[in-house]
Order: sequence, then C-alpha cells, then structure tokens
Amino acid sequence: MVAPASLRVVRCGGSSPRHGARAVFSADSKQVGPGPSYLLCASGDFVKMYSLATEETLRLMGGHGGLVTGVQLNPHNCMQLYSSSLDGSIKLWDFMDGIPIKTFTVGYKLLALYALASCEDSVFVVIPKSGERDTFQLVSVKLTKAAGQDLEAKELSVVLDGVDASPKCTAFGREGEYVASVKEVNLQVYFFKHKQLNRFSVSAMKTKSGNNHFTCVACHPKEDCIATGHADGKIRLWRNFYHRKEYTFSTLHWHHDTVMDLAFSVEGTNLLSGGVESVLVLWHNESDCQKDFLPRLGSPVEYISMSPDGALCCTLHTDNRITIINSNLRFSKSIQGLIKSMDIKTGLVVDPRTKALVLNGEPGHLQFYSLQSDQQLFSLDIVQRQYIHQAGLNQVDLVKVAFSAQGNWLATVEEREEVTDPELQLKLWFYGEETQSFKLNTRINMPHEDHITDMCFRDMDESEDDSLILVTAGRDCVFKVWVMVEDTDPEAQQSVSWSCDFVGSYHNYQATNCCFSEDGSLLAVSFEETVTVWDSVTWDLKCTFCHPPGKIRNICFGRLTCSKYLIGATDYGFLCCWNLLSCALEWSAHLNILVLQPDPLSEYIAAVSWLSKESSLFVFKPNEPRPIYIQRNLCKEKIQLAAFVPRDEPEAISAEKYLWLRRSQLFFLTDTQELMTLSTKSLEERLTPASKQLAVEESLPVTPFSLLLGKHRRQQSQEDIDLGKLVAYNKHGQDSPAVKELLHTPAHVLPSASFLCPIFINSLLISKGNKSAEEVADEVEMESEKTEDDSDEERDVTEMEQEDTNPMELLGETICKLSKSQEKELRKIRKMDYSWISAF
Amino acid sequence: GQTVKRIMVNYHVQKVKRECIVWSIAFLSSGTVVTSDSFGRVQFWDWERGTLQESHTVSSSAVLSLAVSEKEDSIIVGTSTGATYQFQLLPVKIGSMEKRWVRTKPFQHHTHDVRAVAHSSTALISGGLDAQLVIRPLMEKMQKKGYDAALRKFTFPHRRLVSCARKARLLLFQFSQHLELWRLGSTEETGKDGQVLPLCQMPEHLLQLKSKGPEHIYCSCISPCGSWVAYCTASRFHLYRVRYKDSSISIKKVPKVPKLLLPAYQLQFSANSDSLFVASARGSVHILQLLEPKGCRHLHTLQPPSGSSEAVYLLASSADGHWLAAVGGDWTIHIYNLKCVKHHCTVPMYNCAVTALAINPITNNLVIAYSDQQLFEFSIPDKQYTSWSRTVQNCGLHKVWLERDSPITHITFNPKNPSHILLHDIYMFCVLDKSLPLPDNSALLMNQSTLKQLPETARQRQLHAFKICKKFQPLLFADLLDENCLVMVERPIMDFKTQLPLPIQQKKFGT
Repeated sequence: MVAPASLRVVRCGGSSPRHGARAVFSADSKQVGPGPSYLLCASGDFVKMYSLATEETLRLMGGHGGLVTGVQLNPHNCMQLYSSSLDGSIKLWDFMDGIPIKTFTVGYKLLALYALASCEDSVFVVIPKSGERDTFQLVSVKLTKAAGQDLEAKELSVVLDGVDASPKCTAFGREGEYVASVKEVNLQVYFFKHKQLNRFSVSAMKTKSGNNHFTCVACHPKEDCIATGHADGKIRLWRNFYHRKEYTFSTLHWHHDTVMDLAFSVEGTNLLSGGVESVLVLWHNESDCQKDFLPRLGSPVEYISMSPDGALCCTLHTDNRITIINSNLRFSKSIQGLIKSMDIKTGLVVDPRTKALVLNGEPGHLQFYSLQSDQQLFSLDIVQRQYIHQAGLNQVDLVKVAFSAQGNWLATVEEREEVTDPELQLKLWFYGEETQSFKLNTRINMPHEDHITDMCFRDMDESEDDSLILVTAGRDCVFKVWVMVEDTDPEAQQSVSWSCDFVGSYHNYQATNCCFSEDGSLLAVSFEETVTVWDSVTWDLKCTFCHPPGKIRNICFGRLTCSKYLIGATDYGFLCCWNLLSCALEWSAHLNILVLQPDPLSEYIAAVSWLSKESSLFVFKPNEPRPIYIQRNLCKEKIQLAAFVPRDEPEAISAEKYLWLRRSQLFFLTDTQELMTLSTKSLEERLTPASKQLAVEESLPVTPFSLLLGKHRRQQSQEDIDLGKLVAYNKHGQDSPAVKELLHTPAHVLPSASFLCPIFINSLLISKGNKSAEEVADEVEMESEKTEDDSDEERDVTEMEQEDTNPMELLGETICKLSKSQEKELRKIRKMDYSWISAF
Repeated sequence: GQTVKRIMVNYHVQKVKRECIVWSIAFLSSGTVVTSDSFGRVQFWDWERGTLQESHTVSSSAVLSLAVSEKEDSIIVGTSTGATYQFQLLPVKIGSMEKRWVRTKPFQHHTHDVRAVAHSSTALISGGLDAQLVIRPLMEKMQKKGYDAALRKFTFPHRRLVSCARKARLLLFQFSQHLELWRLGSTEETGKDGQVLPLCQMPEHLLQLKSKGPEHIYCSCISPCGSWVAYCTASRFHLYRVRYKDSSISIKKVPKVPKLLLPAYQLQFSANSDSLFVASARGSVHILQLLEPKGCRHLHTLQPPSGSSEAVYLLASSADGHWLAAVGGDWTIHIYNLKCVKHHCTVPMYNCAVTALAINPITNNLVIAYSDQQLFEFSIPDKQYTSWSRTVQNCGLHKVWLERDSPITHITFNPKNPSHILLHDIYMFCVLDKSLPLPDNSALLMNQSTLKQLPETARQRQLHAFKICKKFQPLLFADLLDENCLVMVERPIMDFKTQLPLPIQQKKFGT
C-alpha cells in the first residue's frame, strides 16, 4: 500500500486502558426485533460497539483525542450517541453507521456526561473548576443547533459546585426533577424546579468497619429515592430528602468492602450493586432480607448499567471484561479482550500453536489472547486455587511461562510472595490433542531454593520429544536442567515425567537469564556480570563473556545467518554483541536497554531503550553494528515487554527500512498495560476495516423473511454465474467500494448527487481494459501480495501506488484527479502483462 | 359482637410448616391493620377486604412488638434479635398524595428480645428482655441539642427496690416475682478508710417469699421493727407477720386484709410500726392499723382536697408520726396531718417529676428531689420553703450536678447532725452538708479525692456542701442504720446479665 513516512504506534484492540464510564445499551431497534442489540462502551480513546448476539466488536468509533469519559444515547433519537472526552469535546455519533455527526467543542476537560430526556438541547458535564485544583463542577452545556460539523459549545451554566470527578458520583433523578451528587461524606440534592439545594452528610468518623465515604449514587427511576454506596460496603436509601430535617434513610449491608457501583432496575423495584467481591447483588424491594447473588464474576465490578427495557444488565470489570447478565440474574455472555492483570510477571509469550499472545490473565490464570480477533481464546487455570478478593493478602501468582517450540509442552512457575521463604512450584503441561487443551503432567515443588529468574525450552524445530530440555535459572545461584524420563510408577497414567538432570553454577553468582542457541547446541546462562556458555550435550562450560561493570539484564542468541553472535544488555547501559567463534566482543553500544527481543523468523533483533521518560526502539542485525531502524520517542510510557508475533502471511513491505516487519509483527506492553504495535498502514485504513463495515448486516438474526430473501439471492447469483462474463463484471462493479460507500452512507452526510454521479456511472461502466480504474487499484493490491517474490515487479507496483491516493477514503478529492490519472494508470496497466486476468 | 373478617396471615408462606404467630397488631385510622408476626414480617392489611397491602420482611426472626406514633406516620417494631426498626409513611414522589410505608432506620440497642416498644412524638422507646429500657430520640424532631436529644439507656427502675428495717437490721429486696429477706452481718472491729473488716456475724438469708400467680410485684415494704412485711401486685395486697425466735423464723399471712382499691403503688410503714400507709391509684392514701398479734383494719382514707385522681407513687412519713407527704402522678405533693387526719398543705407546684422525698426526723423539713436534679427543702410546720432552699434556688446548683443523668432515688438523714442530708442515685452517694457553702460552677464538684491530699488549712477553704462518693456502682440503696453504720446495696450488672437466656445466634461477618 502507500508507503507512509514512518511507522505508527497503534494501540491494539482490547487492551485499551480503561472503561471510562458506564456502558450503554442501544434502544429497541425495529429491524432487529425487541430488546437491545448493541452495547456501546467507552474504551480508551474510542467508543466501541458490540453486538449482543455475537459478542463481536462491530464498530470502533475513534476521533476523540483523549480518554472517553462518558457515553449516553441521545434521549431524543435513540440511534444517536453522545460521547464526551478529556480532550474537551462532545461528539454526536450515528452509531449504526459509525460516523460522527457533530462535534461540540467545550474547551474544558470533560469528566462525565449526562443526557436527559427533559432537557431539549443541553447535556450535563462535569468539568474542573477554573482556578482551583481538584474541584469540579457540574455544568449544563447548551448544544447549539447550528449547521455544520464542528461547533463551539461555550454556553455553560453551573448547576452544582464541588462535585466528585467520577461519573458514578452524580445521578439524575426521576424525570430529571433533581440531581444528586456525592463527595466524601456529603450528599447534595438540587431540585431544578424549586431551585433548592439540600445537603446531607453522614458522620465523618471512622468506624471500625472502615470509613463511610460515599462512593457512588443512583436514583430511583420512578420514585423519590436515592441510593448511595459507601466505602464501608453499606448502601443507604435516602427518602424524603426534600425536607432538610425530616429526611430519612435505610441501610442495606452485604458488601464487605467498597460498593463500586449501583443501578436501579427500570421500574425501580430492584437494585443492583457490585464491588470488589466480584459478586453482583440484586436487592428486591429495597429490603435487607430479600437479595440474590451472582457470584464468581472473576474480577471486581467497576460499572453496572441496565438496558432500557430491563432485560439485560451489563457489568464492566476492572480487568477490562464486560459481562452481560440476564434480568433473572443469569450469566449470559462475556466480552473479553485482553484481560488486564494486576501485574504481568510472565512476560509476553507467543503460543506456537495458535499464535496467540500468552500472559497473566485472571489471578492465577494464563490467558491466550488472539490478536487477530481481539478476543480471549481461553483461560488456563494454572494455580487452581480459589482466589480471595481481599487487599493485602499474599496469594499464589503465576510468574513464568515457557512453551516448547512445537507448543506441545508448557512450563509454568507459580510463587507466593513471602519474605522469608517463597513458595514455588514448577508445573509442566502437555497439550492433549483429544481434549485440545493442556493437561498437567508434572508438578515440582520447590524447584529452586529461591525465586526463579528465567526459564526456557531448547528450541529445536525438528527435535524429538525425548530430546526436549527445560532450563530454569534461579536466584539460589544455580541453573537446573530438566529432562523427560520414563515414568516408572505403574499407577501413573502418563508415560513420561520430568526430573532434574543437571545443576550448574558459576562462582556462586545468582543466575539471572538463560537462553538456548538456535540449533540447541549451546546454552547461555548469565550470572550477574558474566555470561557463561555451556555445551548442551556434555554440560561443559565452554566460555564466558563479560562487559564490566554492570550486571547482565538480557541475553539472546542471533538467528539464521547471525547464529554465531550472542547479544547481551547490561545494567550500566551497554548493548554488547559477542562473536562465539572468536570469543571476542564484536561491537557494543551505549544504550539503556530494557527489552531485548529476537524475531524467531528472521535475524532481526528489537531492543527497546528507556531514557529520560521516553522509550525508543532499535532494530538491528547482530552482524551489523548499525541499526536498521531507529524510532525515537516510541511512546511516553515505559515499555515493559515486547514480543514478535509471526504473521499468517508475510506482509508486503516495500521500504527496506521496514523489511523486518515483513514476517512478524512487533507488540509492546507498557507499564500501564496498554498493548501496542507498529503499523505501516495509515490511520484511516485501520479505523474502518472493510470487513467490519458489513458486520452489522451479517450479524442480523435469521428470520423467515431473510431466509426467503437469501434463497432468492442465492438463486440469482447462481444465474449470474451461468450468464457468464459480462454479468459477472457487472456484479463485480456493484461490489466495488465506491458503490458500497454510496449505498451505505446515510443520505444526510453524502455529498451532492451531481458530485457522486460520475463515480457511480464510472463504476458501472466496463472500461476499455475491461476494468474500471478503481477495480484496477483493488486488483493491484491483491497482486502485490501474491507476487512479492518478484522484486522487479513489486517495485513497479509500489511506484504506481505512491501516485494513487486511496480512492475509498478520499472520495471527493479523487474525482477531479480521476480523469487525469486514469489514463496514466491505464497506460501503465497496459504495459504490464497480467496473465491472471484470463481467469475472469 | 361477631367476627367481621378473618385474615389468614400465613397464607403466603405455604412451604413453611411452622405456624405463624401474630405477636402484635395495630389498627390505624385509615383502616389499615398492621400486624407483626413470627416470620419476621410486618404486614399492612386492608381491614374491609382483608387483603394484603404491603409486606415488609424485617428480620429472619420474630417481630414481637409494634407501636404507632400519634400522627400515624411512623411505626416502630421490635424483634427477637434485639433490633428495632422504624417504618415511615413517606410520599412516593414530591408533592404527590401517594404515600407508602418504608422501612427506614434500624437500631440495635438490645441483645435480647424487644418485648415492648412505644412511640412518643420525639423518641422511640423500647424495652427488652436484656433488662434495658432505651429511649432513642428522633433527631429530626429535635429542635436543639440537650438532655432530650441524647440516647438514654436504663437498666434499673427509678424506684426504691430495697427497704430496710433499721432496728432489726433487716433488708427486704423486691424482685419481679418474689421478695427476699436478709439479716445484715455485723462486725465489732474498727479500721481505717478503705479497709475491709472481718465479719463476726455473717449476713443471713432469712426467707424468700414468692408471689402467687403471674403478676409482678409493684411495691413492697418492711416495717422498721422488722415484724411486718407487705407487698402489692396488680390485683392483690398481701401483709405478713414475721416472728423471729432465736434462730428460727416463722411467717404468717395476715388474713382478712381490708378490701382496698388496688393496685397500690407505694407502701410505707410508720416509724413506730403501728400503721401502714397504702398509696392508691386513685389519689388517696389509706391508713391501715396493724394490730398485734395478727390483724389489721382500715383506719382512714386521706383524700387530696382538689379531688385529684392521679395515682400516688411516693410516700414519706415523719419519724414522730405526725406528718405524711404523698406525691401524685400530677407531681403535686400533699402533706397530711396524721394526728388530725386531715390535709395540711400542698407544696408549691414545680413542673418536674418528684423522684424522692423524705421528712427530716428532727426539723420536720420535707426534702424533695426532682427529676431535673433540683433539690428543695420545705418546712412542713411553716408551710413554706426553708431559707436554705431559697439560697439554693438563688445561687443555683452546680452545673455538673444538674447534668447528671440518673435521678435521686432515696433520701435519708443523719440523726446526729440534722444539717446532713444523705442522697443517692445509681452512680453516686452524696452527703449534703447544709452548713457548708454551696459550690459555684468554677469549683470542682467531686472533690473528695483532691481534698484528701490537701493540708488541713487548704482543705477548709475548699470544702463545699456536696460530699460525693462514687465508689459503689450501680447503687440500689443506701441508708443509715444507726449513728455509725451505713448500709449500701450494690447490684453488679454482670449478676443478672449472666442469668439471661442465650440471645438468638446470629452469623456475623468477619467473626
């Protein structure tokens, strides 16, 4: 495609940092039948739309320049959505088509958004009070009805002062009569009609069950009742709050820790509450005695929202998971991308079998995250112990993971943080073909006396199972070699188990890293300042390298043509490359390397450095001291981990600079647990993947009518095929993106008809070379992928592409050029010989 | 009458085999019947149709008691777990007429069954099996902070439960359904302050007198000579003649006691043990003459001149048998002349309840303690307050004294020194010396311990009228037996806490 000026850092799917606000269910739509069909959810800088039927991400609405802090359906048009962001703008979206209708610039950081049916033309937002730090106010913003896409919304009027920044701390009451806001120990209620402000407070005294600060508030949809959640786990139901003195409240108490969110059912008869216990509690009729529970939701509940018809409820969790729950409190669906774990200790590992990213998931679990579908493939329970949701409890956690080259074996290390003696377990799992999952094979208690620092399998692609070797390096100054042995126990159901074969040490230094060379003949183990190289057959120490001062942080062997090199990064900011043949330092560079990641499919090695609050990426080949690619200021956050994930198909990359991205894709994980990757594609291309455009239609449920229609269509297409070439071309023309764009864009955002007419006509015409210009462009793309080996032709193609601006996205601009460029292109096409055309 | 409607309360709980017991019921003026039952529900019924309007499950254990406020907008219920809950009739929406009963505040002040609740206009009152009476003021009805706005708990009744036969050195303890007669031990040794002396004669439990039937004993008394014991229940009056022969004791019920209008709220023997004053519920005082060997007859009935019918609840007779003071429920104190058997005078009205009164045996001054902790001295012969009493009223009592919580329950005098008045409440015992100056607010009221450390001259300067001792708590009774012997009755709370039945077992999180 178009060669961009530089690589772009792109956030990856489900890893967006936080849900900034409660999710919103779409209202009933006539085409799909009763009940909401979509869930709209703020996710990082984007608004995501999920299908409730398939759990798929249907649309990713981007355009905000900051964290999205509020999503609300337009109360006057249920097909539209308001979203607010920290970048100070409110956007109105047509979420069915994923296009922004209007952008209102407010000019303040917006921390929460509320839209009311009773307010015709204004919405409520929480903004910071100017001139004062950490004080926020609730203001109403008048949304002007003027024409145009980008509007200024400067007409603000303050409703409440001193509100909390969290969107959960303000709620609007029945029919917008009043607004309730909580902060610390104060509840304030403002009645719009009487312009009366009542303040109530609970005693600020710290009781033995914790403090009773307010944490969230919800208002009864039909009655004058306010529910507030507190930090000590209590829920208070306030009534009669229009009297300053004779107000009254009752208390519900089940949660043992902070109530994170509250939601009333549509009729207000039930109240839902959730907290750190990962249990959703349903309170019937505001009674303390009648309650139902939905336990084992996996992680603390952060937000709760109800669908407008009351049939579904949705909880957003702290680990980025979304759970859909039926009204009878039955678990219905779970939408989970990358699960945010408290601390990723395992690193980013790629499962050789599924090419999924493997890392810590739920506490004690290993998650397999598919990058292609942005979905969790499955979660493997490693620790197999009940997780107790309580602060300050040391629990067993998964710290190391390694896969064998084929993915048949999985080794995991779990440990419990104890100051005196850590509890360690090494587990080896075998992939069962029948069950299609990992089965525990061997469990080794206390494999090392102290923490295990590194672990690796001998990566031999063609290796037989019996030559498989696992090496663990520990802080107890040894590395251990584990091999498979015949299981002599007659009662054992398995034929092999693992046992220790060799224990190596070097001058009683702590072993910090271990790594096998590509052919598996050499093992490099770093002992503090020294790298030792061992023969993997005889376990003899072959040679040692060191680059004082500074302990070794990372080591890796070069691959393919560079397999004679060993790379190491030290604490004192040196990247060294040693030649294994000459046993000499080949070159070194002064870089503070945090992450050193070799690409398994090529000789490239990626190194991420951290210097004065910015991360930089260096890609190099060990045999050349000059890096192939440097990207300074990759991101502001500290990059903790990186991984090369092999592509399914090698990508067509023209520039020599980016050739290292051809076979694998590089992913990073920052310390805020954002998963990022480097992309050569342009922004627009990424935002509207064509496959997702149509997903809305595809996700429609099958109705008798659609079946009938489908049959008819299929018949038609059958006929089309029979009819031969000409019709086939016609069909092709209809499928062209220009036509699709024209037919699927809402009328109110389309340019004038006279403007579109030429494109439409053009797309229907059968051009001289039996192709329309756009078709050719499309075809060329396909071609470039197929014929990448032919370097001559590839260069030719790229030349052409550079001239061609993307016709799909920049519809308006292309039209004027089209007539000029058409001929040029056609000329070029004619020059080339396309043998595959005959296929049509 | 006839049964108009029958409401089956356990109709909705068919799964449960247990029977549902309705423990209490209330009928509201709106035609709503409120029931509380053993399933822990409070239910609101339409009395005409017999249909259930609202049902609130308050607790998993029984709801035992129920009380409605006067305005019928609030209900308090007491449960067997010791919790009380308030229900309020609240409008569903602002300005709308539709109102609903909402359970609002829970209170957990008791450990056992809450057997009785009452709803005053400003407070919720509950009494439980754990021997506590709790008054929980409703803060929203309070105008200002003060005595009424504080949570109050009472363990002992504000009444004298012990009577003492000074000459015979006997104590009569009144329990809810029985009386106990004890002879006090004695010692012949002397010692220093704070020293426990060995007894030469151990205290002796002489007899236990059980009242028949389920009724509780209202009041009891023993004559100063120790040979008469009287007690009264709600419906019956009993008089016993007790004889002591060496070490044995015999008791005989006096037959044919005069038919009096019962119940009597206070009994008092005259100082020479020849007559018994019975305070009736109708405002009059009956005088019974005690006849040896075993008999009694109704002598007179003293009527207040105004014809008030408020029950008389406190009596005090003078040592010379000349005067009798009686306090009625309207807090007026009538003084009768027993020699002429007529009304003598009325003490000027004071708008507080009288908690204790006694007549000084030497000066015949009536000392009155009120529930607001004020003290008055009224000279019976002069029919006016004494000059000391006027000084007290002019100077005012010490702030700390007035802020005390519990009322004075008994007053007695030191026959050796007529200026000494001995008073006590549950938490303190006080010797009031009229000859000493009254303390002002800047002085320390409870100064006995500091006085001890001061040298003699400084001590003289610091002395004031109130000499308070807080050593004995909870103090039920204190009286002077003779000139150098004072009896104190202490009842440790743990004594009866341990005798309570086990409370309902409840699972508490985190325990």
